[in-house]
Amino acid sequence: MSLSNAFGAGRFAITSEVGPPKGTDVAEMLATAEMLRGRVDALNVTDNQAAVMRLSTLAACVHLKNAGFDPVLQVTCRDRNRLALQSDLLGAASFGITNVLALTGDHVSVGDHPSARAVFDLESVQLLEVIRLLSAGVDAAGKELHGSPEFLVGAVVTPEARPLRPQMAKFAKKVSAGASFFQTQAVYDPESFKRFMENARQFEVKVMVGVVVLRSAGMARFMNKNIPGILVPDSIIDALESSSDPQATGIELTARFIDEVRDYCDGVHIMAVGAEHLVFEVLDAAGLTEGCIA
Amino acid sequence: MIVVRQKPLDEICAMIAGHRSVLLVGCNTCAAVSLAGGETEVDTLLQLLRLTNKRHGMFIELSPAVLQRQCEPEYIECLQEGAYDAVLSLGCGAGVALLASTVGKPVYPALDTLFIGSAKGLARWQAECSACGQCVLGMTAGICPITRCAKGILNGPCGGVSDGTCELGDRPCAWVEIYERLDSLGCAKKFDTILAPKDNTTRQICEWDMSEGCDEK
Repeated sequence: MSLSNAFGAGRFAITSEVGPPKGTDVAEMLATAEMLRGRVDALNVTDNQAAVMRLSTLAACVHLKNAGFDPVLQVTCRDRNRLALQSDLLGAASFGITNVLALTGDHVSVGDHPSARAVFDLESVQLLEVIRLLSAGVDAAGKELHGSPEFLVGAVVTPEARPLRPQMAKFAKKVSAGASFFQTQAVYDPESFKRFMENARQFEVKVMVGVVVLRSAGMARFMNKNIPGILVPDSIIDALESSSDPQATGIELTARFIDEVRDYCDGVHIMAVGAEHLVFEVLDAAGLTEGCIA
Repeated sequence: MIVVRQKPLDEICAMIAGHRSVLLVGCNTCAAVSLAGGETEVDTLLQLLRLTNKRHGMFIELSPAVLQRQCEPEYIECLQEGAYDAVLSLGCGAGVALLASTVGKPVYPALDTLFIGSAKGLARWQAECSACGQCVLGMTAGICPITRCAKGILNGPCGGVSDGTCELGDRPCAWVEIYERLDSLGCAKKFDTILAPKDNTTRQICEWDMSEGCDEK
């Protein structure tokens, strides 16, 4: 039924994500979520993803919650100072939203309002500490709260960041700041992910491996060139290039990858990047057929 | 030093249009070292403005002056008198501000003030300090994350770093540099300290009187 239940039961957890609309019409977002009903434990809801202004993640989470889904509120530090972040977190908790994912957020320069002022009053580690304070019943200024949130608190990590050592040091900081689960940046090389997990297992946190389903060799090359921390190996690009049905190959490669790493981690986070209809095909191909949400 | 850059000529021309006589005032300290406000730059801008005004059929009398520092009252006293009816300052924002509060005539900025920085080679400067009033360089191996990280964040690289380059693509990742320098100095442990959210009250200091002590809070 929910992400915390999946973790609690020690079950391989499955999450995917939906993006709020640019505008007020949430029908398409809800239809996308509907495609994933029963197949995922929770749905991440992006927060002005890639610094592109959209309907608020909190409002979108409420819509999803009302529709019976377990949303993961993604919270970035780009657009709000510490007052606004805390009040949104309290607001989310008041609506029964129990999962948060703390992120620093992409810079405004990469989005659709590049001349906006970037806030970053806090960043991901400090946000995690603030969430811990709120959960303990006080705000970041030490003032007592009347009613406090109970969040399952997540963060992100990039297993193939270059260079890796500062990324791993920051990962440790996120753990000590209170993150209890992690969703990773997309990974394609199972051996590299296993090496990352050997290191990550020193911490008592749940780690969900991130995957992005590749639909063509061009998409793989684009991601290698433009998405920080993603390394699609040549062998995968070659397989997509020589395939007569690259999308089917992409699904098959993703399923095989999940199968290969599932014993090393606690779940999978499938980033659909506009192809949510492929998520359940990946889940079917990977044999992840247990119903989860609702 | 304060690093400055000359504004586009069109913007400068638009500001001084309508005046009969304009005094161009250079600043021989930071602005001169920034190659934007010394004697040479005052003369060059003056010639450029003359040519441009001539082309537009305008006549503005232009005269040059260079002060040692525009940001200290004793250096600008000599400008109190004069036939000019406006001043074009080739100083940083502080210079423009002090001139404007002193000369009793309109003062216009010919430069944009970019940052507090260091020289990085011939005619190149690196932003080093954001004057945040609460220095963290002791924790960050002398590399300012407030200034050199595009997000000004305090606890390590964000997910946007790619091969050591910032998500913005225009600079190395400050946090990768900090990590590497701390490591090479044998104090990588410092990286593990979680730095608390910045106390932004120090950014609001707008006046400091040494005689009142340095605890401004």
